[in-house]
Amino acid sequence: MYAQNQILNKRDLAKDIVSFDIFSPVIAQKAKAGQFVVIRIDNKGERIPLTIADSDKEKGVINLTILKRGKSTNLLSQLNTGQSIMDIVGPLGRPSEIENFGNVIVIGGGVGIAPTYPIIKALKLKDNYVISILGAKSKDGLIFENEIKAYSDEFYICSDDGTCGFKGFVSEFLIKYLNDSKTKNFKINRVIAIGPALMMKTVCEITKNYEIKTIVSLNPIMVDGTGMCGSCRVEVGGNTKFACVDGPEFDGHLVDFNLLISRLNIYCQEENIALKKFMENHKCKMNI
Amino acid sequence: MQNEHLKPKKEKIPRTKISEQPAKERIKNFNEVELGYTEEEALRESMRCLMCKKPKCTEGCPVGIDIKSFIAFIKEKQFEKALEKIREKNALPGICGRVCPQEDQCEKTCILGLKDEPVAIGKLERFAADYEKNKKSSKNQVNAKNEFIDCDGNNIISKEKINKDINTSLNNKAKVAVIGAGPAGLTCSGELAKMGYDVTLFEALHSAGGVLVYGIPEFRLPKEIVNQEIEYVKSLGVEIKLNTIIGKTFTIDELFENGYKSVFISTGAGLPYFLGIPGENLNGVYSANEYLTRVNLMKAYLFPEWDTPIKKADIVSVIGGGNVALDSARTALRLGAKKVYIIYRRSEAEMPGRIEEIKHAKEEGVKMVFLTNPVEIIGENGWVKKIKCIKMQLGEPDETGRRRPIPVINSEHEIDTDIIVIAIGQGPNPVLTQTSPDIKLNKKGNIIADSVGKTSKKGVFAGGDIVTGAATVILAMGAGKVAAKAIDEYIKTGVW
Repeated sequence: MYAQNQILNKRDLAKDIVSFDIFSPVIAQKAKAGQFVVIRIDNKGERIPLTIADSDKEKGVINLTILKRGKSTNLLSQLNTGQSIMDIVGPLGRPSEIENFGNVIVIGGGVGIAPTYPIIKALKLKDNYVISILGAKSKDGLIFENEIKAYSDEFYICSDDGTCGFKGFVSEFLIKYLNDSKTKNFKINRVIAIGPALMMKTVCEITKNYEIKTIVSLNPIMVDGTGMCGSCRVEVGGNTKFACVDGPEFDGHLVDFNLLISRLNIYCQEENIALKKFMENHKCKMNI
Repeated sequence: MQNEHLKPKKEKIPRTKISEQPAKERIKNFNEVELGYTEEEALRESMRCLMCKKPKCTEGCPVGIDIKSFIAFIKEKQFEKALEKIREKNALPGICGRVCPQEDQCEKTCILGLKDEPVAIGKLERFAADYEKNKKSSKNQVNAKNEFIDCDGNNIISKEKINKDINTSLNNKAKVAVIGAGPAGLTCSGELAKMGYDVTLFEALHSAGGVLVYGIPEFRLPKEIVNQEIEYVKSLGVEIKLNTIIGKTFTIDELFENGYKSVFISTGAGLPYFLGIPGENLNGVYSANEYLTRVNLMKAYLFPEWDTPIKKADIVSVIGGGNVALDSARTALRLGAKKVYIIYRRSEAEMPGRIEEIKHAKEEGVKMVFLTNPVEIIGENGWVKKIKCIKMQLGEPDETGRRRPIPVINSEHEIDTDIIVIAIGQGPNPVLTQTSPDIKLNKKGNIIADSVGKTSKKGVFAGGDIVTGAATVILAMGAGKVAAKAIDEYIKTGVW
């Protein structure tokens, strides 16, 4: 039998993106599309919210897919198969609203592609016509293509540098797609966008013009993830909400993205200090 | 003969001062401010007790500790017996001795206090708890780690043996789930385990202790003390399941399906209130819950050795006048702030914070800005810059009995600040109650429970801040204890 929170499989999916299958049977049993967990790597670690990218009830496994960016994600990416994560709590947040909406565009940007996968699966199970649009800086940053393709009625890839699929941002592709569908009289009933805050902001600006309801999954800084601290507060329709318990998904047309982006940068300085220290220590160990 | 010995001395002994780290020193560290009585000091203070025939102090104690008797044991230098006496009613003496508002409870009703200063009951309680701890830690150096000293301090018995004793003498007992490992949950679990129940204590965070670990700072309540008391509860046979959120990981109905016969909800007051004024979501505005959780639970004061950061700045303004506000202000000083304000809309007399902590905060240099209420937070480039306030004056007493603050027209003014910590109270966290709609709540979202903790849902009891709203550690413990008895009764009789 596996140990609780043990890493059963680790894969380098793309440039700086690592994927972990983790033994966590209770969470796997309960997890619904759109929910997240909070993890703590070790005793001195911070609490990190991560969206559940996939879950398997039978095997008791959840998938977490992360982008190496700060100290904690770099440290996490160094864990190997067989090792365990100290704490995992969840599933947290409200699940995605999944119904038969009709024609749904799902947009995933960068590491944000991972959390679109369970949503796409769930939408397909409700007989939606799913149009998936994945975006990455370059071909080597793309993840989950095959998995998502399998559940998509239409499937598109965009890359900033044109190394694969459409050359340009997902937002540029979206405008093109929406214009085409307008001429074809093909109605889009809903858009779901998950990715960098700026990407979600741009997508929402576009879909507002087309009057298509758009859901985004917000990723503010959190501590406990249970509504206890208010670190993750966001403004939706002029009201303060806690993303951890009221979200993480909200109506994108009501979200104050500038506030979200500003709040995401609160600890920039500290994150740099921690990363620099980590890299130095890491280098030293490599030299030995 | 004993009475002779216990008679108070004729000369008046003044209340024994407790030694403290000097203010100038202590604001540079997170170590405990009060150093605790020495044996001599504790003996001296215990001599002040009048040994009243009808002691009033016990009436003032929410859990009814036999205060006179434990002080009598201290007088006789039977310190372990003193602790044993306290533990008959209170499983967490090291914590209560430190954070109870004794001035509003046992010491308020102390007869000596009528003419003189009351006996320092809290300090003596702390002494008894620390005495055992210190003795244990010196013994632990020679003994194996899993060995314990029981309440009379003489026998060293293993943890396994304690568990075995409980299980064999009181087997066939039902499973009980306790939700939330704060003061109420720890107490209720401990009491139920002592009755022989198979208790699982579920905790949402990665550490047990609730507000004792995330809220109250190290300098007021060292986490070592909390851990020790948690170990004691575990040694009674309680299984603590961390990282488990009832309402998310499991629902209450699932607990019943899994064989739990009764459930005690003690999820506390975990929802921070904000002011609802413009600018509150600017960078640099914290809820006290976040500020303190980062520092206490996540050890942000040790960043970057520990991973969780906190913003440090020169000027910190804390809004509110309770213990949480005082804790936040004193934490800010220790994080290196040059100026720390407490902005409170009433005057010092109405401050709900403990007198002792107000004194400590002042000594440390916290500036009190009374009769002042924030109306807007002004930012620059997304960060807090100033706080716009209005002067207040006191009118007629309100429903709390305190004089109601009324805004003074045209008194708006601005205070420069880098960080704002909002400490105006906490409400009940709805994560659990949202998934149990059959548990009735009041308008504020607190669970409605009767005097023994019974809720509207069969088999479910509740106590502590989730029922009363934010209150004290000892009241929560009292509720946990009362509920444990009621749970025992319910399981035995099946009568709801």
